[in-house]
Amino acid sequence: MALLQISEPGMSAAPHQHRLAVGIDLGTTNSLVATVRSGLSSVLPDEHGHTLLPSVVHYAADHMIEVGFDAQKKQNLDPHNTIVSAKRFMGRGLKDIDASELPYKFIEATGAPQTTMLQIETRAGVKSPVEISAEILKVLKARAETALGGELVGAVITVPAYFDDAQRQATKDAARLAGLNVLRLLNEPTAAAVAYGLDNASEGTYVIYDLGGGTFDISILKLTKGVFEVLATNGDSALGGDDFDQRIFCWILETAKLSPRNAKDTRLLLTKAREAKEWLTEHAEANISCMLSDGEFVDLTLSTNEFIALTCNLVQKTLSPIRKAMRDASLTIEDINGIVMVGGATRMPQIRKTVAEYFKQAPLTNLDPDKVVALGAAIQANILAGNKSDADLLLLDVIPLSLGLETFGGLAEKVIHRNSTLPVARAQEFTTYKDGQTAMSIHVVQGERELVSDCRSLARFELRGIPPMVAGAARIRVTFTVDADGLLSVSARETTSNIEANITVKPSYGLSEDEITNMLKASFNSAEADKKARMLTEARVDAGAIIEAVTAALTADAALISLKEKQAIEAEMQRLQAIASADNADAINQAVEALNHATEAFAAARMDASVKRALSGKELNSLDL
Amino acid sequence: MTQSYFELFGIKPAFNIDLAILESHYRKIQSESHPDRFVNAMSAEKLKSMQMATLANEAYQTLKKPASRARYLLELQGITAISETNTAMPADFLMQQMEWREALEDAKATKDIAAVDNLLNEIKQEAKSLNSDLISLIDEKQDYGSATDATRKLIFIDKVCADINKVIEQIEN
Repeated sequence: MALLQISEPGMSAAPHQHRLAVGIDLGTTNSLVATVRSGLSSVLPDEHGHTLLPSVVHYAADHMIEVGFDAQKKQNLDPHNTIVSAKRFMGRGLKDIDASELPYKFIEATGAPQTTMLQIETRAGVKSPVEISAEILKVLKARAETALGGELVGAVITVPAYFDDAQRQATKDAARLAGLNVLRLLNEPTAAAVAYGLDNASEGTYVIYDLGGGTFDISILKLTKGVFEVLATNGDSALGGDDFDQRIFCWILETAKLSPRNAKDTRLLLTKAREAKEWLTEHAEANISCMLSDGEFVDLTLSTNEFIALTCNLVQKTLSPIRKAMRDASLTIEDINGIVMVGGATRMPQIRKTVAEYFKQAPLTNLDPDKVVALGAAIQANILAGNKSDADLLLLDVIPLSLGLETFGGLAEKVIHRNSTLPVARAQEFTTYKDGQTAMSIHVVQGERELVSDCRSLARFELRGIPPMVAGAARIRVTFTVDADGLLSVSARETTSNIEANITVKPSYGLSEDEITNMLKASFNSAEADKKARMLTEARVDAGAIIEAVTAALTADAALISLKEKQAIEAEMQRLQAIASADNADAINQAVEALNHATEAFAAARMDASVKRALSGKELNSLDL
Repeated sequence: MTQSYFELFGIKPAFNIDLAILESHYRKIQSESHPDRFVNAMSAEKLKSMQMATLANEAYQTLKKPASRARYLLELQGITAISETNTAMPADFLMQQMEWREALEDAKATKDIAAVDNLLNEIKQEAKSLNSDLISLIDEKQDYGSATDATRKLIFIDKVCADINKVIEQIEN
């Protein structure tokens, strides 16, 4: 029943009490959880002292689900039911991946017609990458709650900076499924920069080179007085350490003249390939020997030089995103104060050498490249949970890929350009092209290419109820909003008539509310009663959070509003307090909504006051306004 | 929001602005308004924070770059620098643009990175001289008619620069 235990931010906690929050690095190969204790960020180990949790999930015969090292041991024995690197499939369809070398039974999604995320058939049934990732997150959540001795208020989950909207949404859904309150999705290179920047008290322009198990990111950040401003980001969400293993795997097949193998042999040889890669970091040659399922024996030696030759174009492939990011940020290599290496794959000497040659300086490697992302995420989680109210750390991140709309001829018209600072909103106006047209179809895409077919399709929706007018007279305003998590929402409105067709669209690849509920239900075999209980708990959590927030705001700034306004807010608050103990989720939600409405003017006054306060330093006085 | 972008950052509306002050005031406003500061706040404040942080980003990006700053200053005067009905451009500038485009096509065909770099430098020089013209036209003379012409040129130069960067990308790959 662990899933039902939803944390209650602030309901019982006194304001000064430390709120338990963690940073989670949900990696392709390994995952970690870290937290800030006594002002220091540290990675939390399991009961055996392991900090890394292999991102491997095994669906065993006895309905048990194993995660981590136990699952990793099963990958050669039971490859169909042991999922490794599920992150590579997040928010992806079958057409996006090369399934030929993978030992899984992939199937196209069977859910909503617009859902296109691939799924994997296992002994425990059909599993989506979201569900598989949720198993990893559940283990990390349990590890953290045991270590910290209480329920988590929330978590910051890291994602590759180059993840598109579908991949981000899938990650957030996985966290929800694991019962985690997501404080923020944070880009991995930015998280690494936080861990590094705070450690070194650095100022200047830094490049974060992050080569993980399955993803490559490059981010360029400007650090000034605790503000981390991402200037540009680029990458390849399908390039990582796994590809180096794959190259060695192919080399083994070729050199040992092996025919195509079964799933068990494939997994065994991939494991051997990974071991050889790691060995070559500190040795001149690696021995690869193992017995295959048909009794054939493989015994090969791979030298460093051969390995470098095999993987040379993979290393080169990381330079093109670097050049693009440098151009987008209008920088030359002389402007770069340092390069930070992140991700286990950056231990490979040929990568460090190539990066050093490109930037004409040695990269920084003094923090553990496997841990630095989780450590940074924990620092941000600690701030977002409210444990450091006067924190002077601020992260300003960007959207990695442009957002656009399909126009005539299958062309993509960009609405929000890549590397725009978040949050960002932009509106685009459309009109009808036929007399009396009452509906129009809108297709939202993400990517840099000119043709819609070369971009990722995010959502298709129809705007209906446009009042009939002559062609070109209607004005339909479509607004794209990307929040601080990098997640998109779209709304549309007809502006000329009094009839307002106002809709909000959730992109189609995400899981629907029903799907999440069904997955939650399936995962603990319970019925409708549990759903109601969950909704009631969630409503009470919301009520507690808003009462606490309003009380704090009134204590600090009641002077900004009239006594009458203050009394109106207090009346709504008392009404909510009275209803919160009853068992009616709808009534609680309504009272929360009413209190939200009552505080709108107060919120605006507080924002104006704090912005004025911020600009009233001496710099402003020196200007004559 | 009736406040101008300049008022938002507490600086005087002008083409020649101190970018360091703009940047520092932008950071201060983000420090107060960014959604990260309102994770545990009232819902109405979360919404307000989202709006303010979005506005600050939009305003900062507009004022940071010379072409969009000039365009915005003209907008404050009620002048639309670029519209569907108003794209007139002096003949000599059109000639120059065509020469740049031809040079770019040649460099693209011969994959001559050095030639592309030279072209980019030449165009950046032109942008620089337009920038100093705009300081005089907008801030000193309030000659918005001539400023509109210079702004249009600057906007076209930005487009050419973006195309040049695309060509560099193509040559590199």
